[in-house]
Amino acid sequence: MITRLGSWIGKHLMLTLGILVLIYMYVPNMIVALMSFNDSSQSRNLYTFQAFTWDNWLNPCEPQGMCEALQVSISIGLLSTIVATTIGTLAAFALVRHRFEGRSTMNLMLFLPMATPEIVMGSSLLALFVAAGFGGQLGFWTILIAHIMFNISFVVVTVRSRLAGLDSNLEKAASDLYANEWQTFWRVTFPLVFPGILAAALLAFSLSFDDFIITNLNSGTTVTFPMFVWGAAQRAIPMQVNVIGTLMFIIALAIVIAGEVMSRRRAKGKAAAF
Amino acid sequence: MASLQRVFGKNSAYWLIGPAAVWLAIFFLFPMLSLLTTSLSDPAGSPIYGYDLTWRLQNYFEAISDYWPYMVRSLIYAGIATLLCLVLGYVLAYAIAFKAGRWKNVMLVLVIAPFFTSFLVRTLSWKLILADNGWLVESLQWLHILGEDGRLLATPFAVVMGLTYNFLPFMILPLYTSLEKIDPRLNEAAADLYSSPWQRFTKVIWPLSIPGVVGGTLLTFIPASGDYINSDLLGNPNTQMVGNKIQTLFTDASDYPHAAALSVILMVLIVGMVLFYVRRAGTEDLL
Amino acid sequence: MSLADGVRGDLKLTGLHKRYPNGFVAVQSLDLVIPQGSFFALLGPSGCGKTTTLRMVAGLEDVTKGSIHIGEQDITTAKPYKRPVNTVFQNYALFPHLTIAENVAFGPKRRGVKDPKGSVKEILALTELTEQANKKPAQLSGGQQQRVALARALINRPDVLLLDEPLGALDLKLRRAMQIELKRIQEEVGLTFVHVTHDQEEAMTMADTVAVMNEGRIEQLGAPYELYTNPHTTFVANFLGRTNLIKGTVLGREGSGADEVVKVDMHGTVASIKASRVHTDAKEGWVGIRPEKVLIQPEGQAIDAPGAALSGAVVVDVSYIGVSTDYVLRMPWGQEITCFEQNTGRRGGLIPVGTKVDVSWRPEFAFLLDSAQDAEAGIVEED
Repeated sequence: MITRLGSWIGKHLMLTLGILVLIYMYVPNMIVALMSFNDSSQSRNLYTFQAFTWDNWLNPCEPQGMCEALQVSISIGLLSTIVATTIGTLAAFALVRHRFEGRSTMNLMLFLPMATPEIVMGSSLLALFVAAGFGGQLGFWTILIAHIMFNISFVVVTVRSRLAGLDSNLEKAASDLYANEWQTFWRVTFPLVFPGILAAALLAFSLSFDDFIITNLNSGTTVTFPMFVWGAAQRAIPMQVNVIGTLMFIIALAIVIAGEVMSRRRAKGKAAAF
Repeated sequence: MASLQRVFGKNSAYWLIGPAAVWLAIFFLFPMLSLLTTSLSDPAGSPIYGYDLTWRLQNYFEAISDYWPYMVRSLIYAGIATLLCLVLGYVLAYAIAFKAGRWKNVMLVLVIAPFFTSFLVRTLSWKLILADNGWLVESLQWLHILGEDGRLLATPFAVVMGLTYNFLPFMILPLYTSLEKIDPRLNEAAADLYSSPWQRFTKVIWPLSIPGVVGGTLLTFIPASGDYINSDLLGNPNTQMVGNKIQTLFTDASDYPHAAALSVILMVLIVGMVLFYVRRAGTEDLL
Repeated sequence: MSLADGVRGDLKLTGLHKRYPNGFVAVQSLDLVIPQGSFFALLGPSGCGKTTTLRMVAGLEDVTKGSIHIGEQDITTAKPYKRPVNTVFQNYALFPHLTIAENVAFGPKRRGVKDPKGSVKEILALTELTEQANKKPAQLSGGQQQRVALARALINRPDVLLLDEPLGALDLKLRRAMQIELKRIQEEVGLTFVHVTHDQEEAMTMADTVAVMNEGRIEQLGAPYELYTNPHTTFVANFLGRTNLIKGTVLGREGSGADEVVKVDMHGTVASIKASRVHTDAKEGWVGIRPEKVLIQPEGQAIDAPGAALSGAVVVDVSYIGVSTDYVLRMPWGQEITCFEQNTGRRGGLIPVGTKVDVSWRPEFAFLLDSAQDAEAGIVEED
């Protein structure tokens, strides 16, 4: 009786503790959402909730330079995602499907960026740009180069694990069933690896969008959204920053949910159409 | 895959790996060399006109004697934050892997979702939660856990808490991946073989989750030791970490050689610790 | 894709040889003709080269030496997707992202069939999968997945259908049901089936012809009845069912033509073995007799077999199985032999342990094997 009670508590204790950790992770998001409705016009103290207002949501681009910074972040995020996902996916195929000379060196080179503190990576790139005489031309392109660089490793790791889990018999089955190399790739391999590629792309975008340390060292006078926030935090942070933060969170969740709903509906729709 | 080989020819592997290899060589490995030469250059130069490589080893001695307290503080803060992440992350990863049932995927998405709000914005909100006149400080004072004029913001506690908060997802995901692979029946088998719940954890679950523990602690410790955001936003001048110093030396002081020397020291320390740790844990294949 | 509709004919393997880069020789110069329309089984323990042979025919493994023909057509080096050959994979290899109908339609679509719906419907009906057409593989049971794998291959009407341990993942009961099912389908479509298995019962139930493989070679090839009753090597004798092997010395030959027999002395008792069942020229040999052919009677009672009986055996173990009883007997020279006796009711009980018995058999059931061969070769643990 006592052991049964014990195991019952044990079961739900872990779940309860886990949910508590999850709540801890969400406290800041809740504060951010709350503060996006804060009317900060009346007070100098920007770290307490003063009064409710819709104004921040109605005029998100009011703070000077914020939406421009957001635009820069989104363009760099998209571009670096596209390039890093392409390069990284190709590399993942090479690493999983081929035994070639230099393979272990390549594995090490992909691991190193993940094991290097951002401040070291950022400063080394800066040292290179300066040594190469680009010290005066830091900006959009140098940020983009840096973001692609640190994203490649994460893409490779994500796609590689998906690819390694793929049953190679499926490709053999396809070629047994009259699919040539390209057909096998596009009809079987790619659709099965695609979720991994998509996950890698999402990860790459969020890493790029959120990066501050490397970006800050290599940005010159270009301002990304995290840099805008950093700069504003030194003075008085506009409440619209919280609007953008909450908005990004909602959009991302919506994309994830929509993706899930769509893949379920597609499965059903196909079933009905046949 | 033989079929891809037919499409790309015999050297297809090099065509596939080439772009990534070239990019990383130019923008990761080469900069590391550049950092190394900068760290040995004469500080009497400028970022615009460059520095002369004079093999000035003294940069390293100066960097160590001037900044060793920051280095030590970084490693201590990052170490404590990593341990806290391990405890919190293990609880949540375990709950998701074994107890969440059909809510598994929902909870996993919830672990990643906070990422989408910029981490700077989230870290700033801790400033509000820990503020001197905030409800948290006031309730702790009322409970006499904190003294009358005790505070949370601008203390080492706030910095370590911020690091823990920021890097927790990096701990949870590898832990979850290795916990999820464990067959729950192993737990039942251990119970059948006279193990108490605690023994089942220490003798079965924990040893099998070691790859996740190693992966997670690395992914937490490495970025935490180089971080300066949390110390800057939530700490005070006495909680500055080595990242703060490197950053100011690069941007404000424009003293690239000393900044580079400090970066190289940090990198060497971390690589050394990682190798030692991975050897001890017997998980070399992670590399 | 004209090849796939090419002229039908026998599958012919000539000097087929497979050597892996690490030096391991999986298949040793194999010569084999599999007649068109037959159900052929490659039987052997794991690592005997049967799967490698199959994969070379499918084109999934390169051929080191030798050739593969279907009819007149040489397919030794043809790419897998240009061979009129399809495979039912061991773990089915169903495409997880496609429905059952899409899985089945995969082959026809690649071959340019515009609208394969009709034939898909037909093949799904044949394999009793109509209800499952729009489900994904993960939603199906093991037996259903197995049938999808079969349907996906069959719809292409290949010249040769290769089955790689197709029933290995199913439980015993389902396996028996699917054996009958497969046999029915093969008879219905009339294609050449080449079936790889390590399960001798499965091979014997389904195939017209069985080739027993061991260490990259074919030990013996023939109809199941022929293989079982007249094995040529100790490996075949042991791998297909069970066998008692008793050491004997050849005394000489008697008679001629179909009646020619070889006289063998086994520890003092002389047995006659038909010349067609003698597979050694040496002075010594293994006299083989299947346990169910062994007849026993308590000492002194008459045995329903001509010729001399071995006397002085003692029953050391009795296992009552229901339909039959297994006796383990210790012979006077120390060897233990097994006897399976049908429980026809004639004996009216069991012979108790410790009873002294006489042992005999009808001479036409015995066979003589090379004494240089290992008496334990091919013995498998029951799974």
